[in-house]
Amino acid sequence: MRLVGLYLALFAFWLLMSGHYEPLIVGFGVVSCAAAVYIARRKDIVDHENLSWYLKPKLPFYWLWLLGQILKANFDVATRCVLPGNRIDPCVFRTPANQDTSVGVVTYANSITLTPGTVSMQTWDHEIRVHALTHDGARDVLGGAMDGRVCRVEGHTKDGAEDGP
Amino acid sequence: MALVVDIASWLCLVAGALLCLAGGIGMIRFPDVYARSHAAGVIDTGGALFILFGLALQAGFSLVTVKLAIIGLLLFFTCPTATHALVKGALAGGLKPLCRELDADEAAGMADEAQR
Repeated sequence: MRLVGLYLALFAFWLLMSGHYEPLIVGFGVVSCAAAVYIARRKDIVDHENLSWYLKPKLPFYWLWLLGQILKANFDVATRCVLPGNRIDPCVFRTPANQDTSVGVVTYANSITLTPGTVSMQTWDHEIRVHALTHDGARDVLGGAMDGRVCRVEGHTKDGAEDGP
Repeated sequence: MALVVDIASWLCLVAGALLCLAGGIGMIRFPDVYARSHAAGVIDTGGALFILFGLALQAGFSLVTVKLAIIGLLLFFTCPTATHALVKGALAGGLKPLCRELDADEAAGMADEAQR
């Protein structure tokens, strides 16, 4: 079932990328998607957790919020790059990651890295080591707003309580 | 209308180019590999985002825009992964950051400050 889903997704992607709909080209698509699915099955890399995570209804809203954060942080770090004088006071720290699933923790760690001014250096099951360009940036991460939002995408608060769908 | 779209598109392209430039300058000025990775982050998030959006405005509603959107999505999944791999590699190679690590008490104190 998952293999069929993967096949359909790959084939839709092929059609979008090629933009040619002649029988020959589409035939190539059918064959190469089948080959890709076969290889994915042999390598045993088709897992269900991944897909169901990316179908969470709150994820698009989280991405929008993240986009806003990225733009703000971009402006901040870019000004620190070009203005004269030393405008950075970096620090390293560990911050908790309260997500249930490994994909959740990865999403949180990736969000930290995507926001300029903070980079995730190392991850454990429920903790991330972060390098921040400024102590203000570190304070933002430690405040846990982003952690809480990724948790709410999973359907719970960061303290473990249930949260509506 | 075409003029408005053109102006918006060029504003985005120029903003993206300026962010890339700022990121490049930061990559040269910042002291160590960890700080420099933040400047690189400006290039692969803001710079790439604005340039792709500006190009999408030029392309209008077409297959090209879909492809640009997919490039954007790809960047947003691969860039943080690559940055994380680079920084983790530097850490594993024994390169110490030019700053100290906050201990648990300091981190908890900063978390309290942030929540207030």
